[in-house]
Amino acid sequence: MGKNRKKNGWSTAGPILLVLAGLAVLITLLLRDTNVALFNSKGLIADEQQSLMLLTVGIMLILGIPAVCLIYFTAWRYRESNTRPARNPNAGHGKLLNASMWLVPGAIALVLAMILWPATHHLAPQKQIAAEAKPLTIQVVALRWKWLFIYPEQKIATVNYVQVPVGTPVTFELTADEAPMSSFWIPNLGGMLYAMTGHVNRLNLLATVPGDYPGSSAEINGAGFAGMKFTASATSKETFDQWVRDVSLTAKTMDGTEYDKLLKPSENNPSELYSLLENDLYDKVVMKYMGSHEAHTDGAHH
Amino acid sequence: MKELILGKLSMHALPHEWFTIAGSVSFLLLALTIVVVLTWTKRWKWLWKEWLTSVDPKKIGIMYFIAGGFMLLRGGLDAIMLWLQQALSAGEAHGYLTADHFQQIFTAHGNIMVFFVAMALIFGLINYFVPLQIGARDLASPFLNTLGFWLYIGGVIMVNMFFFLGGEYAATGWLAIAPLSELQFSPGMGVDYWIWSLQIAGIGTTLGAINFIMTILKMRAPGMSLWRMPPFTWGSLCSMIMVVTVFPLLTATLFLLFFDRYFGTHFFTTMGGGDPMMYTNLIWMWGHPEVYILVLPAFGVFSEVVATFSRKRLASYTSNVLGMIGVATFSLSVWLHHFFTMGASADVNAFFGVMTMVIAIPTSVLVFSWIATMYKGRIQFKTPMLWFLGFIGIFAVGGMAGVVLAVPPADFQLHNSLFLVAHFHSNVIGGVLFGIFAALSYWFPKITGVRLNERIGRYAFVAWVVGFCLSFIPMYILGFMGATRRLDHYDSATGWQPLYVLMFIGGLVIAIGVALQIIQIIASFMQRRRLRDTTGDPWDGRSLEWATASPPQAYNFTTIPQVEQRDAFWHMKQQGLPKPAYENIIVPKNTGAGIYISAFAFLASFGFVWEITWLIVASIIGVLAVFVVRTFNDDVEYKLTAEQVRKLEAERKQKDEAEQQRKAPALGIDNSEDMGLRDFTKAAATFGLDVIRNKRWRTWQKQN
Amino acid sequence: MADMAEAKLTEHEAHYNDRVQFGFWIYLMTDLLMFTVLFAVYAVLRDNTLGGPGGDELFSQPLALTETLILLTSSFTAGLGMIAARRGLKNQVLVWFGITFMLGLAFLSFELKEFAEFIHEGHTMNTNAFLSSFFALVGTHGLHITSGLLWMAITLIFVMRRGLNGPLVRKLTLLSLFWHFLDIVWIFIFSVVYLMALA
Repeated sequence: MGKNRKKNGWSTAGPILLVLAGLAVLITLLLRDTNVALFNSKGLIADEQQSLMLLTVGIMLILGIPAVCLIYFTAWRYRESNTRPARNPNAGHGKLLNASMWLVPGAIALVLAMILWPATHHLAPQKQIAAEAKPLTIQVVALRWKWLFIYPEQKIATVNYVQVPVGTPVTFELTADEAPMSSFWIPNLGGMLYAMTGHVNRLNLLATVPGDYPGSSAEINGAGFAGMKFTASATSKETFDQWVRDVSLTAKTMDGTEYDKLLKPSENNPSELYSLLENDLYDKVVMKYMGSHEAHTDGAHH
Repeated sequence: MKELILGKLSMHALPHEWFTIAGSVSFLLLALTIVVVLTWTKRWKWLWKEWLTSVDPKKIGIMYFIAGGFMLLRGGLDAIMLWLQQALSAGEAHGYLTADHFQQIFTAHGNIMVFFVAMALIFGLINYFVPLQIGARDLASPFLNTLGFWLYIGGVIMVNMFFFLGGEYAATGWLAIAPLSELQFSPGMGVDYWIWSLQIAGIGTTLGAINFIMTILKMRAPGMSLWRMPPFTWGSLCSMIMVVTVFPLLTATLFLLFFDRYFGTHFFTTMGGGDPMMYTNLIWMWGHPEVYILVLPAFGVFSEVVATFSRKRLASYTSNVLGMIGVATFSLSVWLHHFFTMGASADVNAFFGVMTMVIAIPTSVLVFSWIATMYKGRIQFKTPMLWFLGFIGIFAVGGMAGVVLAVPPADFQLHNSLFLVAHFHSNVIGGVLFGIFAALSYWFPKITGVRLNERIGRYAFVAWVVGFCLSFIPMYILGFMGATRRLDHYDSATGWQPLYVLMFIGGLVIAIGVALQIIQIIASFMQRRRLRDTTGDPWDGRSLEWATASPPQAYNFTTIPQVEQRDAFWHMKQQGLPKPAYENIIVPKNTGAGIYISAFAFLASFGFVWEITWLIVASIIGVLAVFVVRTFNDDVEYKLTAEQVRKLEAERKQKDEAEQQRKAPALGIDNSEDMGLRDFTKAAATFGLDVIRNKRWRTWQKQN
Repeated sequence: MADMAEAKLTEHEAHYNDRVQFGFWIYLMTDLLMFTVLFAVYAVLRDNTLGGPGGDELFSQPLALTETLILLTSSFTAGLGMIAARRGLKNQVLVWFGITFMLGLAFLSFELKEFAEFIHEGHTMNTNAFLSSFFALVGTHGLHITSGLLWMAITLIFVMRRGLNGPLVRKLTLLSLFWHFLDIVWIFIFSVVYLMALA
């Protein structure tokens, strides 16, 4: 036993710390030239969400780092083989200690709650983003296993591709058709929101940097789930307007027949562009699931 | 005619894919091995009488450990398969699994780990140790105990049944969210297997929880007020009260989904006026408390481990207990944080976010009480204490990740990402699983009479923690990179693949850790003469379970102890242990009723899955018939007189002394300290060669 | 020594009875929680009739009132049966619980008649979510009543054959608890389903 005792501490902690250090180095190297989307914000909402995340983590670490360090330090210091510090089988009790055990985390929780409440309201997806530019509405239908985008004003439609002008507040009206719950997500621009049959959920985003950003469904909805990806392209207003004009001249039209084709399950659909023939296609989709009760729109506070 | 007899069963249901064939063959080989061994050693009757029909909570506890341990391997294999697929399937490569199969694997993985591993191992611990800790001889209802266990086994069989018949499990994620789990999108029998395996196991769990609550509240030794109970019993009580509160929600929800699929009702369908969002609410109202149900007993275990190995009483017992009660209470009010992104208003989201923050408070209190316990103690780093140290770091990281997720706008970016998966695995592996490992290594001497090999224990611990870091730190990072969970393939342009490869390597290291744990147990038995626990109190413990022999007699205590203080056994040791006394003991008889009822329940569920009406009707009648026969049977106990008890104790003492005298098997190793891996390999090789030459097997048989 | 052993057995039995009753209360609470889910589901889906008739058109107040009075009376007779059981009066137990059984059967037949009528008119549990939740809630209660009746019949047969012994009195106690519980749940069903539809 004596032969082993001295090795105990470091023979256990050593390999773990070594691996942690190695991982830190390795991961830093692997992350070069990659899109760490949540910290690579290209939109207003993503920006604020990123700051909020960092702030939350920062406040927590104020308690977290000392607490974890204290645990390991206490364990190490009062190990049996360390005869120097005084021992007291009755230590660690007392009203003050007990009170602080509750009050300190309580205070941190209170601070976080006071940040959380207004932030949640400020960043509610249903909230219209105030900006100079005229807002753009895009209707989104989650299908198996692709995304249909309808631009009602511009009278065009796309599949698995969406283009928005930089600096314009965009309201995505999300619903689904003959598909389980799906989740609409463009991480570089902002957080996600569910697209469900019989409901219209509004997600407001605003791109600040031009570029092509990956989009996906973030909620499992069947076998083709992993392939339900799309590209979100943010461009200047001029480029966007030109693009709209080009697409509306496309021969391919989005009407009832074409839509029915899309309703059939398919995977890894390439992006397609259509001019919109049927104006109330989206409303028909939503109404399909209505019973004798009102259409379910989200609890929006405008 | 065929449909009348077989329902929807057909030849096509038999295994015909590579994995169903592999699974069926594996299970059959395992069953065959067990049958052969039992027949050769003539142990069928012994197995039935001593184990399967036993109502002794210690034996039922061990059976839970064995079943749960086996399912841990099954679920772990699932994890390795998932990681391998994800490490391979970047860009054009699509790995070796179809998307549907991949989705079935992670669904099964989640169900197995939560229901059939964690719940089972925890139920095993509560069964074995709560009666001992409160100074009782048995649970309140021995019959409910065996019934609950066999219902769980029915669930185990049901969740693996698809290998043999049907070939598909649910591919919906572990909670089978509607409407994906409805017939419209999941037309096969996979979701039905999901429903019934959980339903049977869930009912078993609820019955078990009622039993545990009855026991803790009504059968404590005289003088043991609630405030003198050990922390593990407190954690178990809080956990079981939560079970009876929320498992009925699961039972009802599963029935409603079953009605939708079986009778065509419209609770959660997309058409017909159904409301899928309601399913999400109901299932998470159960689902969130469930994770706290799992972790509260683990918290209790850690409180005891820290106190024992710091040689100090638990600091701030009151805050510790109030902390556990607080966690239990508040866990009922946070369920919406699992679906902030479903579109509720900011007011609703913010409320649940704040409530989630509130839970962090009692959890932190527990952590501080452990620090205060270690402070100025004399800490020994035995295996259980190592698991505690591993737990605290990993759980803290997971908990902090949880606080980030609790902020709704942050959750909008992190929901359903690998950050989320890393968070809950940190808490479930770091908290629940490490807690179970700490408990099993802490109480191993009590259960088996042999202490664990500390050296290999350390290696196992290091492998687990290293493997965990290799697997889950990259996972947190992937979450930040926008990687969604449950993806069976992804673009190579994302740069995710190297991290997935790291995760797979971590999984292999964890597998090594598991192997080392198994080796640890075997090595301990190999050196059992050296590691024998002769006193029943190897750690100088504080609670009543250490006041018994290792392993305890069937009746636990010859006389029920009188409790005067918290840390009852510690106090007894200071006063001087009482002289042994004997009294009449009423012992419950074994019964096969639990097995029969569960078998019928399993058959009824199987009938529901395959729509075999006659089987359903006959099985339900069977359940009722056995239940009536059992409950109207008044002859379920027998008496052990005080004289018989005295004789049993004397026999036990004789047996222990004879065991001490017997020669240790010659293993060819240095027996002065815990053996390391090199010595283990040498000893195992020696044993193996002996068996081959047929010498040792006969000697071993004779000795037993 | 023998006397003490005898006294201990009765004490043992008394403790056991106490535990079992306590455990049964816990079980009743879990059952109540299951019903709560069904009530919640009913409340959410009540208006989803897809344009079809709702509770106001389908439900009959007189019928519901009749069922309520029958069940309340049966609870009363079960109470009388329990008083007889505690006094050891076997014949009275059989009479009062026998009447309870009849009343329970009457309740069930009214309920089944109501279900049959709905189904005959095309209002099945598959028609829409409102009907799904109605049948689930009221039907689950009916299934519980059926189980209670089965339990009652078997117990009364044992009482007839074995006489009123300690375990059987305990079982009757639990049964009457169960029966009262179902009565209380029915009061809620009567209020939430039938009365509120017609309000």
